[in-house]
Amino acid sequence: MEWALALAAILAVAAVFFVARPFLRDPAPASDRLDELDPAARRHLELAEERDRALAALKELEFDHRTGKVSDDDYRAQVGPLRRRAAEALRALDGRETPSRERVPATHERLP
Amino acid sequence: MAPLGRAALILAFGLVAYAFVAGSYAAWKRRRRLALSAQNALLAAFPVTLIAAVVLLVALGRRDMTFVYVWQHTSHDLPLAYAFSAFWGGPEGSLLLWFLVLTGYAGIAVWLNRRSRELIAWVVPVFGLIAFFFGFMLCFVSSPFNLQPAPPDGNGMVPSLQNPYMLAHPPLLYLGYVGLSVPFAFAMGALLSGRTDERWIVATRRWTLAAWTFLGVGQLLGAHWAYTEIGWGGYYAWDPVENAALMPWLASTAFLHSVMIQEKRGMLKVWNMVLVALAFNLSLFGTFLTRSGVLDSIHAFSKSSVGGWFLGFLAVMVVLSVALIYLRLPLLRTKTRLESLVSREATFLYNNLLLVALCLTILWGVLYPVLSEAVRGQTRSVSKPYYDFFLHTFGLPLLLLMGLGPLVAWRRASLRSLGKTFLVPFTGAVVTGAILLALGFDSSWAGLLAYTFAAFVTVSILLEFVRGRLATGSFSRLISRNRRRYGGYLVHAAVVLLAIGIAGSSAYQTIRENTHLRPGQSITAAGYTITYTGLTGTKGPDYTGYRALLTASGHGERFSLSPGQSVYTGDNQSNDASIYHDPRTLGDVFTKAALAGRHGTTIDLQVYVKPLVNLIWAAGFLFVAGSLVAMWPDAVEQRRLAARYAAGAAPVGI
Repeated sequence: MEWALALAAILAVAAVFFVARPFLRDPAPASDRLDELDPAARRHLELAEERDRALAALKELEFDHRTGKVSDDDYRAQVGPLRRRAAEALRALDGRETPSRERVPATHERLP
Repeated sequence: MAPLGRAALILAFGLVAYAFVAGSYAAWKRRRRLALSAQNALLAAFPVTLIAAVVLLVALGRRDMTFVYVWQHTSHDLPLAYAFSAFWGGPEGSLLLWFLVLTGYAGIAVWLNRRSRELIAWVVPVFGLIAFFFGFMLCFVSSPFNLQPAPPDGNGMVPSLQNPYMLAHPPLLYLGYVGLSVPFAFAMGALLSGRTDERWIVATRRWTLAAWTFLGVGQLLGAHWAYTEIGWGGYYAWDPVENAALMPWLASTAFLHSVMIQEKRGMLKVWNMVLVALAFNLSLFGTFLTRSGVLDSIHAFSKSSVGGWFLGFLAVMVVLSVALIYLRLPLLRTKTRLESLVSREATFLYNNLLLVALCLTILWGVLYPVLSEAVRGQTRSVSKPYYDFFLHTFGLPLLLLMGLGPLVAWRRASLRSLGKTFLVPFTGAVVTGAILLALGFDSSWAGLLAYTFAAFVTVSILLEFVRGRLATGSFSRLISRNRRRYGGYLVHAAVVLLAIGIAGSSAYQTIRENTHLRPGQSITAAGYTITYTGLTGTKGPDYTGYRALLTASGHGERFSLSPGQSVYTGDNQSNDASIYHDPRTLGDVFTKAALAGRHGTTIDLQVYVKPLVNLIWAAGFLFVAGSLVAMWPDAVEQRRLAARYAAGAAPVGI
C-alpha cells in the first residue's frame, strides 16, 4: 500500500513538473503572446492552396487524358482554363512578399 | 495495487481537466506558455493512464478477486488470454480502454502537429473536454478499482466471449470509435481558431482512414464471431449495437469521399464539418447504447448504469458541434460551384447523399424502439425487412456509383467520353446479368442486381489499373504516384467482394430444417445430402455437452460435421454450430443441432447452405491492403504540404 502511494506521489510530482515546464524554462519571456496568422499570412495560405489545387487538377487531367478517360475535345476544353488558373495563382503568390519573414521557420512544419 | 490504479486515474483526470480548462483559457487569451503547459498536460495523461491500465491488467492476470471488477468478469479456471480480454469485457474496463486510447491518440496527434500552433492551441482543449468526461466517469461513476473482501472465486466469463475473436474484435472497434475523436477535435479546433483552411484535413487524413479501417475490420471480425460462435445462422442481425458501429463507419466513409472534393475543388467545407461531427457523435452514441441499459443486446453491458451521463455528454457535444459550425458559416463559404451534374465530384456527392441517407435510416431504426418505449410506453421493434429495404434502396445504387465514379472525369464529362469509358464495363455488366438471368438467378432481383453491379464495378476497376499501367509503364510506379486513388480502388474491390458474399449468402441461401431426426436419417439442401449418424458427449475444463455426428456429401465433396450444445460453469449454454467451408463453391454448409427431447438421440437439425459467404471474410484482407496503400506516406506530397504550411508555423515555442 505504502509503495503504491509513494509511486503515485512520485508520478504526480513528475506530472506537475512536466506541466509547469514552459513556465520554469521561460519564467520572464519577452512576449507570452501565442502566435497567430495575420490576414496577409492567411491570404498567402489561401493562394498556396489554390495553386496546389490548380496544379493537382492539371496533373489529374493530363493523367486522365493519357489513360483515355478524358477525350481530346474535353481535354482541350479544360486544359486552358486550368492552366490560366494555375498561372494566376502562381502570379498572385509571386507578387506577394513572403507573409512575414519571422513566421517562416528554419525547418518546415512537420506533417503526420 | 488498487490505490495506485485509482491514484493514476485521478492524476490523469486532473491532467485532462487542466488541458481542457487551462487550454481553453490560453487559446482564448492567446497565452503562449499556458497553451504549451496545457499541451504538456494532455501529453502526460497517456503514460499516467497507461499505469492505471497496467494495474488492472496485472489484477486480471493474477485473478485478484479483491478487485470487484476482476471478480465480476473472471474466474480462477479462466484461461489467461481471456482473463486479459476481460479488460474490455465489462463497462468499467472498457471505459478505461476508451480513455487510454483517447489520451494516446490525442498525445500523438497533438505532438505530430505541435508546430501548427494556432490550430493546436484549440485542439488541445477539445481533446481535453472529451477526455475530461471519460476521466470523470472512471474516477467518480464507474471505477474499475473498487475493492471488496476476496471471495473464493469469480463469476467467470460468458462462454461466447471466451473466443479468440474477443481478443481482437472489441479493441479494434475501440481503436475505430476513439480514432474518430481525432478528426473531430481538429475540425472543432479549426472552427474555434478560425483556421478553416485545409490544415486540419491534412493533419487528420490518415487518422480518419486508420479509424475507419479499424472500425471496418472490427465489424468484420465481429460478424465472423457471430457467424461461427453465436450459432444463429447468420453474421449480421441488425442488432442495435452492431448498427451503432456501422453508422459512424458509414458517416466516415462519406467524409473520406467528400473531403477529396474539398481538397481538389475547395468545395463542401460545411458538409465536411457536418460529417466529421456526425461520425464522432455517432461513435459516442454507440458507446452510449452499449452502456445505457436501454437495449437488450448480446453486445451490450446489461448491468451498466452510466447511460444518463453519456446521454448528457452526447447532447453537449452535439450542441457544441452544431453551434460552432453555425457560428463559423461565413468562414466556410466557398466560391467554387459544381460545374456539372455529370462529373466526378457530382458522383461523390450522390455517394455522400446515399451513405448519409442509409446511416440516418439505420439511426431511425435504432432510435424508434427506444423512443417508442420512452414516449408511449410501447415496446416496438424494427426488424430485418425494414433494414433490408433501405439496404437495397440505398446500398445497390451505392454499389453502382462505385463503378461509375472512377470513370467520370473531374469538373465535367461529355456524353461522348462517357460512352467510350462506359462501354466495356457496361457490356461486362449486361453480359453477366443476362447469363445470371438465364441461370435462374431472378429468384432474387436484389441479388441479381448486386451481382450485375458488382460485375460493372469489377470491370471498371480492372480497366483503371490496365489503363493506368499502360500510361505509366509499371504497376509499382502507377500505385506509388497515386496511392490514395489506387488504394481506394482496392478498397472498392473489397466492397465488391463483400457485396457478392452478402448477396450470395442471403439472397441465394438455402435453409432446411428437420425436427425429430433419428440416427440414419438424412436431410438434403442445395445439392448436399447430410446424414445423422449418432450422438456423442463432449467435456472441457469448464463445460460439458454433446455433438450430433453428421456425414455429408455433395458437389463432389465428402465431409463430416458435428454441431451440438455445451453447458458451461454457471449454467451458461452455448449453441455450437459446425461449418464446412466448400472450396469449390466458396460457400459454407452451416449446421446446428439441438436435442429433440430430454432423453434419447433424436435431434432437431438446421442446415444453411450459404453460397459465396467466404468472400465476405476474404474482402477483409483486401480492405486492409487497400487502406494500407492509401495510408502509406507519400514523400513528394509530404514535402509539398510542408512547404505550403511552412508560412503557418511560428519560429519558436510550441
